[in-house]
Amino acid sequence: MEIKKGIAVSPGITIAKSLIIDSEDYRIPRRSVMPSQRIIEVQRVRNAFTEAINELTKIEADQDTIEQRKIKDIFAVHLRFLHDRSLRKQITDYIHSEAVTAEYAVSITLRGIASHFTKVKDPYISERATDIYDIERRLLRQLLGKKREDIEHLTEEVAVVARELSPTQTAGFNTKYVKGIATDAGGRTSHTAIVARSLGIPAVVALEDLTEIISGGDTVIVDGNRGIVIVNPDEQTILQYEEYSQEFVELEHKLDTIREKPAVTRDGVKISLLGNIEFPDEAEMVLQKGGEGIGLYRTEFLFLNRTTEPTEEDHYQAYAETIRVFKHRPVIIRTLDLGADKYTQSKRFAPEPNPFLGLRSIRFCLQNLTMFKTQLHAILRASVLGQIKIMFPLITNLQELMQAKMILRDVMEDLDEESIPYNKDMQIGIMIETPSAALIGSMLARDVDFFSIGTNDLTQYTLAVDRGNELVSTLYSPVDPAVLRLIRTVIQDAYKAQIDLSVCGEMASEPEYIMLLIGMGVRTMSLATPMIPEVKQIIRSVTVEDCNNIARKILSMNSERQISSYLRNAARRILPEAF
Amino acid sequence: MKDTVCETEVEIKNADGLHMRPAMQFVDLASTFESDIIVSNNENSVEGKSIMQMSMLAATCGSKLRIRADGPDAHKAIEALKELVEEKMFDEPAPKK
Repeated sequence: MEIKKGIAVSPGITIAKSLIIDSEDYRIPRRSVMPSQRIIEVQRVRNAFTEAINELTKIEADQDTIEQRKIKDIFAVHLRFLHDRSLRKQITDYIHSEAVTAEYAVSITLRGIASHFTKVKDPYISERATDIYDIERRLLRQLLGKKREDIEHLTEEVAVVARELSPTQTAGFNTKYVKGIATDAGGRTSHTAIVARSLGIPAVVALEDLTEIISGGDTVIVDGNRGIVIVNPDEQTILQYEEYSQEFVELEHKLDTIREKPAVTRDGVKISLLGNIEFPDEAEMVLQKGGEGIGLYRTEFLFLNRTTEPTEEDHYQAYAETIRVFKHRPVIIRTLDLGADKYTQSKRFAPEPNPFLGLRSIRFCLQNLTMFKTQLHAILRASVLGQIKIMFPLITNLQELMQAKMILRDVMEDLDEESIPYNKDMQIGIMIETPSAALIGSMLARDVDFFSIGTNDLTQYTLAVDRGNELVSTLYSPVDPAVLRLIRTVIQDAYKAQIDLSVCGEMASEPEYIMLLIGMGVRTMSLATPMIPEVKQIIRSVTVEDCNNIARKILSMNSERQISSYLRNAARRILPEAF
Repeated sequence: MKDTVCETEVEIKNADGLHMRPAMQFVDLASTFESDIIVSNNENSVEGKSIMQMSMLAATCGSKLRIRADGPDAHKAIEALKELVEEKMFDEPAPKK
């Protein structure tokens, strides 16, 4: 049994056999097969060669002009390779001796040959490695193409596991049988995430090396609520998850009843629950789950999965679509939080050596003013449609905030000149997600209408831990005493300045932290939409007095471990049915 | 006809060496004979009818190769292959002096 933690991008729980989709665009991981399966893999190799030969023969025949002579020669050479019995034997022998998949045997054999060529000093010969890679891809396309056809003709339920899924791969998914998705790569805004959400399939992404530790047919649990994938779970875990899955379904039903009820504690204190979203089409779901607005609208999706920058109209349409769902309830739009990701890094000549401490988020915007102003223009234009608030991410000092506000004023003047109406009193807030911002909360509070604590980055920067790095990820905890002290400071500063405060990090989506947050004085939380009902349930079962006691106790503790176990016990004691 | 073994040494004379297209010509010609063809440089011996193995010899201009044929048409095979490598030079130019 192996447990992998990733990012939950589409809710629900699936227990199914895994079906792995490799891609000829990525390295094929080594994957074992049962000894009895070897004969099938050998046959797959033979078929792939035959198909590749047929394909190439046709292509070669089509190159008949003089100019195409050279290309014809290249294909002729490739054909000789595909006909080469000793090459085929090397691959099938490898399957027999190592008991691996056809894909892996093909890939490792041809890459071995290619690397032999690259080592040759003569440039004319070393360049031939590209021919070998081309042959490898052609064979893999045959092997994987067959697999893809299989996916379109599934007869049993599976969880699809891949490094990353492309639109062509997901297009053929039959939701009757594809019950879960798990990928190595990706983020909340990856193609996989979008497709999974739109199809309503539980999905977890950013699992890093899942495809390397899993074999086709392994039983896998995809927990799209918690962002966990379990490979080859033991019987007890399966039972536990079957129960949890059942509870989740029941809870979902129950939620229909709780949806209309307010998020009020037993002693009558109102807590506002808002949803975090990425895509306009998620807004509807927030409403369905009983969210009272959007506390965090991440706008990066406009930039991902595309090659050109979005236009002002693209921005506007996305915001307008979201606002329409919420009419006069709050929608907090966070300005671009790009950086430390594919989009900005691929635009650089050399990637930044330390992107999380580099040009990201508000810093990136302040250096790319045209892009930033385009977004601000669209937000302002949409501000007349409802109750839009704007929020700047990753502020680390007062100057940055002043600069961002000044640019916003510039854009407001532009709109004045263009005679475009906008809400002149639009509320402006900032994310508190760096230790520096948390420490100067009292200074920043004078210039904003609200704070929103981003617990993920605040934890990462305070504890200097990359939680994606498994060597140190156990050090990552939002309830570390250092993080909690910063959070307390921010809450106090917001109260003193009488500005709004919310928590929008993942912490607010974790049931066991809810009482602590309430006890620390948080009255507005923005969380992962699927978790809203569960969190509401918790709020409705506790009293603020209980929460205050828990927070007081926790803030006197000096170890993360002690705090975590205290919180777990407290949760079980007060809410046995939810934990 | 009785099986015979025949051997010769050849030198690669065309400028670009035994890259893909010459290797293909060699393999195509070798494959027309019944005899087993083994080609070796100082380090390795490979099958003369396998393009993978032949191209992995990575013989550049000036390299010397031993060709050995074993079979009923060994003599003819050796003659033809020697001609392809040294006289026809795979229909490719010699290095510029």
